[in-house]
Amino acid sequence: MSALDRATALELYRVMRTIRQFEARAVQLFGENKIWGTIHSYAGQEGVAVGVCAHLRDDDWITSTHRGHGHCIAKGADVGRMFAELLGRETGYCRGRGGSMHIADTSKGNLGANGIVGGGIPIATGAALTATYTGSDRVAVSFFGDGGANQGTLHESMNLAAIWKLPVLFVCENNQYAETNPVKDAFAVEDISLRAAGYGMPGVRVNGQDVRETYRVAADAVARARSGLGPTFIVAETYRYEGHYYGDPQVYRTKDEIEDWRAKRDPLVIARTWLTTDRLASEADLARVDREVDAEIEKGVAFAEAGEPASPIRLPEDVYAG
Amino acid sequence: MSVQPAVRAEGEKPATREMFYAEALGDALRLEMRRDPNVLVFGEDIAQHGGAFGVTKGLLDEFGPKRIRNTPISEIGIVGAAVGAALTGLRPVVELMYVDFAGLAMDQVVNQAAQNRFMFGGQARVPMVLRTQGGSGRGNAAQHSKSLEAWFAHVAGLKLVMPATPADAKGLLASAIRDDNPVIFLEHKLLYRTKGDVPVGEHLLPLGTADVKRQGRDLTIVTWSREVVFALEAADNLAAEGIEAEVLDLRTLVPLDKETILASIRKTHRALVVHEAIKRAGYGAEIVSLIVEEAFDRAAKELAS
Ligand SMILES: Cc1ncc(C[n+]2csc(CCOP(=O)(O)OP(=O)(O)O)c2C)c(N)n1
Ligand SMILES: [Mg+2]
Repeated sequence: MSALDRATALELYRVMRTIRQFEARAVQLFGENKIWGTIHSYAGQEGVAVGVCAHLRDDDWITSTHRGHGHCIAKGADVGRMFAELLGRETGYCRGRGGSMHIADTSKGNLGANGIVGGGIPIATGAALTATYTGSDRVAVSFFGDGGANQGTLHESMNLAAIWKLPVLFVCENNQYAETNPVKDAFAVEDISLRAAGYGMPGVRVNGQDVRETYRVAADAVARARSGLGPTFIVAETYRYEGHYYGDPQVYRTKDEIEDWRAKRDPLVIARTWLTTDRLASEADLARVDREVDAEIEKGVAFAEAGEPASPIRLPEDVYAG
Repeated sequence: MSVQPAVRAEGEKPATREMFYAEALGDALRLEMRRDPNVLVFGEDIAQHGGAFGVTKGLLDEFGPKRIRNTPISEIGIVGAAVGAALTGLRPVVELMYVDFAGLAMDQVVNQAAQNRFMFGGQARVPMVLRTQGGSGRGNAAQHSKSLEAWFAHVAGLKLVMPATPADAKGLLASAIRDDNPVIFLEHKLLYRTKGDVPVGEHLLPLGTADVKRQGRDLTIVTWSREVVFALEAADNLAAEGIEAEVLDLRTLVPLDKETILASIRKTHRALVVHEAIKRAGYGAEIVSLIVEEAFDRAAKELAS
């Protein structure tokens, strides 16, 4: 693959940094008791959503998960409307009805986070059916975790997508745990991507902490899908920094393990290093991006806090289409 | 919930043809597929074979493999694919061979199709139809004979249709396909080979209107699906004894046509609710509760309090 150009490289960094700051601010707001329900932080996994979604157009689709803020931002969402959703405001993406675990932005092809592990996988497959049915070159991406990979929905959807040659990417983010359950207790193989062979589609295992790698792998898979060659299974090895949910006591892993990933495999640190050593950006460029992102995040929080609380639910019209 | 208008003016007699219930359903699918290129049908063995009960026979020849698709035996995969296709602009009709298999697909029905619109703050529409069949009487044993309408009726966000006659089957399926909500369309395995006059050409019946299948002054029998057949038989027998029973076919369980039920009971002052499903927590109990809440005479209420 040709080397990343300057603008693209810096944009990948900007989006990753936006996700990181969004999550930091979301955790803070949660601590201030301003967020309803629960939140699942995407911090540590930014390289996956950003490397993949960089190849998507606004008319391509994604389905996301309970840990969905990163996918949502990478697919082009406005952080103000996202914060507003977390805060249960009428100005949120779902008018405060969904909250963190259900943000959808259909105008950007985001068919929603999902409270059901593995629930989005068949939906992305159906969106890919729409793409071929209408003769377009649109593609769909389903993000799910290592936990989601053990749902029957993945088996059924991978097979259906393969026999119908649907333009869908199945992107498994192996962040090493499903809630408290480590992958070694949930898989008898180390390389989850081996499964792809059984469905007749390419399977790729990629280092999710280096956005250049996810970007490169997704480029091939998206091109394949757009040209009618069908689905790809991608397994990105990654790590979540926070507990499964805000307040998780994390008895299932050690502080050393977390520190090791943060110190040696942080997607933002890795990106900063190659951006500067490959002379794609100077320290000053990166500092400027960081400042711009911080300002955007603060503007987003202010927008959210100024929004009206969600209006009372109307029945049946909020539930049934007229 | 909106109710689509019937196309024909009251009183005007449409041309009809005698059809089997299964044929009438196929007729609705064919006409809707001709009318709207975004309608497609998929399910197990529905293409060449025409489905386990012959409803989709002949559709492959007319519409080809892009629009009439066999699927692998993957209930949640195919129902979920219908949800995704519906969210992105198509109008899929997905067939489950038996309602007893719905358990395998239930998450996509209950948590996805039914809730997307509400949870996305109105951003989404899920215009899909899930057709399947239930009911006993064919010696298929317990895993292929249940009546599970109560499962679906309990879920906000779904509509639920259970036609009893060929004409109703056609008119309601056409409306279900045009509806912008997920519609569960429950057929009965022992109705497929029943015959009746069916309007030729476009025939739409609004979802949410019950039908008085027989007028009577002494008793209201509220029922749906195949039990309508038995209720009409029973009404004939009662008539021989001088009792005139009104037979009310709900046709659509969600939305429910409360007004027609209440109007009939206000006239007859007696109600009998009949369904094929297990009685405990069945949909019949919902009808009884409606009657108790809304159709008791004021005098009876005062006595009770
Ligand atoms: C069907 C279902 N089962 C269980 C849960 C509870 N749950 C929520 S997240 C989660 C772990 C998911 O792990 P993974 O897919 O690896 O995603 P991660 O949290 O690591 O991002 C579980 C068990 C759920 N929401 N849905
Ligand atoms: Mg995980």
